[in-house]
Amino acid sequence: MSDYSFAYLDEQTKRMIRRAILKGLAVPGYQVPFASREMPMPYGWGTGGVQVSAATLTPDDTLKVIDQGADDTTNAVSIRKFFEKTAGVDTTEKTAEASVIQTRHRIPEAELTEDQILVYQVPIPEPLRFLEPRESETRKMHALEEYGLMHVKLYEDISQHGAIATAYAYPVKVEGRYVMDPSPIPKFDNPKMEMAAIQLFGAGREQRIYALPPYTQVVSLDFEDYPFEASKADHPCDLCGAEDSYLDEVILDDAGSRMFVCSDTDYCRSRREAGHSGRLGEEAV
Amino acid sequence: MYVAVKGGERAIENAHAWLAEERRGDTGVAELSLAQIREQLSLAVNRVMAEGSLYDPDLAALAIKQARGDLIEAIFLVRAYRTTLPRFGSSRPVETSGMACDRRISATFKDAPGGQVLGPTFDYTHRLLDFKLAAEGDVPEAPAAEPRMETTPHITAFLQGEDIIEREPFSDDVPGDLTREPMAFPAGRAVRLQSLTRGDEGFILGMAYSTQRGYARNHAFVGELRIGVVPVEMEIPELGFCIEIGEVELTECETVNQFKGSKTVPPQFTRGYGLVFGQSERKSIAMALVDRALRWEELGEDNLGAPAQDEEFVLSHSDNIQATGFLEHIKLPHYVDFQSELELVRKLRREAAELAETLASREAAE
Repeated sequence: MSDYSFAYLDEQTKRMIRRAILKGLAVPGYQVPFASREMPMPYGWGTGGVQVSAATLTPDDTLKVIDQGADDTTNAVSIRKFFEKTAGVDTTEKTAEASVIQTRHRIPEAELTEDQILVYQVPIPEPLRFLEPRESETRKMHALEEYGLMHVKLYEDISQHGAIATAYAYPVKVEGRYVMDPSPIPKFDNPKMEMAAIQLFGAGREQRIYALPPYTQVVSLDFEDYPFEASKADHPCDLCGAEDSYLDEVILDDAGSRMFVCSDTDYCRSRREAGHSGRLGEEAV
Repeated sequence: MYVAVKGGERAIENAHAWLAEERRGDTGVAELSLAQIREQLSLAVNRVMAEGSLYDPDLAALAIKQARGDLIEAIFLVRAYRTTLPRFGSSRPVETSGMACDRRISATFKDAPGGQVLGPTFDYTHRLLDFKLAAEGDVPEAPAAEPRMETTPHITAFLQGEDIIEREPFSDDVPGDLTREPMAFPAGRAVRLQSLTRGDEGFILGMAYSTQRGYARNHAFVGELRIGVVPVEMEIPELGFCIEIGEVELTECETVNQFKGSKTVPPQFTRGYGLVFGQSERKSIAMALVDRALRWEELGEDNLGAPAQDEEFVLSHSDNIQATGFLEHIKLPHYVDFQSELELVRKLRREAAELAETLASREAAE
């Protein structure tokens, strides 16, 4: 096979996906079924995000791909190469220079603009799935706006643990209507979802696409007396000194000493280039 | 010292190079040709075609070679390739009653028109390792009979003549296609059968076995099992008639199951149906059993809560490409999520410890 269609998928398929995206944008937070194709990477590796990106990219776009916030994680590298090969688009590691950003598990730290599209890879699009395994039931629950079960679950967390015991994929309510899974981003990222950029979510194996138009209201579920809290490790970044970024914890030696570094590699690098430095900034670079 | 996880790109390339080397194995041993795989590992080729949903023995052989014999990986390669193929149209339904049978057996009648034809089966072999195969050698030619020229009627057709088995409702509806439409439940029997025939052989086998062991038991007789070649015809709009575009080998299994009847239907036999690409006997029998178990609702039977009766459960979990992808993806980096869990568990433990301390000091004070 030597000739690929632009961005791999044939035009019919891209049209079908674009329709699903438009429907998703028209009904924010609603999971639109789509006839997901078998991609040349496995389900679970971002086939939904890849299909959404493929249907979104134009030849003039500049693509950035991150996994765990980093451009150089193996699967981000693999997906970026896939689009370099099949779409021939420019790619970048700089958040500000990208027009389309495909991500797994993170929202970039730098604020996104109206000219950007953020594409999420989603494993389980259904926020109610672990409360009710049947799709036929959960679709009804969404249709009837029957979200009591979710609140009961959060309440049980509080009664058992004294806090809502969900650290990532923390459920949100969109424009006061649909409860939505934000994909497995840490809850630290949830408040960023009210943003200027378009957000598209693709779940390949589960055959669902959903979307958030710019500036859509996205509220993390909570209770008045137990308000939502966006948490992160209580440290500054050891490389760039940032106090406001989500951090990865890295084990340094057999004695178990640790360092904390920005999970967003572009954010960390640009801060260091601008002269910022953390505890281990000099020696580690 | 901290080593940043850089160089993913080079690591990937090196891993691929190593993989290619491992796939080839010892270069002192002759390389497998696709023709060898196609001809000598034909049942593996058949499975890859069936679950890959693409009838092309050469491509399946290539996939098996590339996948180092991992059949699920080979099925995945075929599926991914299949996605890129343009679709010209749909064939006419194949007529399995016109099959040129290599094998045709019935467990329900000692003999019937068309006869019992064992064909190339493992059934009555003794499973003793044949060390002669370890050395190369010629195979003596199998005795051949005159091929039967007349068509071989379906066993169930005889039962139908007596009206003692349910009639399949005739329909000209275009069946759904789960590769073109997202799955929705209830899926309907046509899509169910498509899902089962593509489904993982091991999963379908396990589901079928569970019905035999009592989870929604419905005793199945193999009314008929036939393996052979059927022509595939397609109507060409410009011509206005059908032409034969090729032929495929199929395995078809029809089971005859008990049914006690209901208020509106007198007691009669019911059917389970299995149809699979290639010589795929185990799969087609298993498919027929699961098909029958899934039909409980239309036949007015009780829902016993058995896994094999649960359409959403069976269909959502039968695809091995979906299953293996999602299962194996947990080896991808998850450290962002794990970090957030780590923070949460530390926080909860801290709070629990503080609470215990407060309680202890209060007790001491009393």
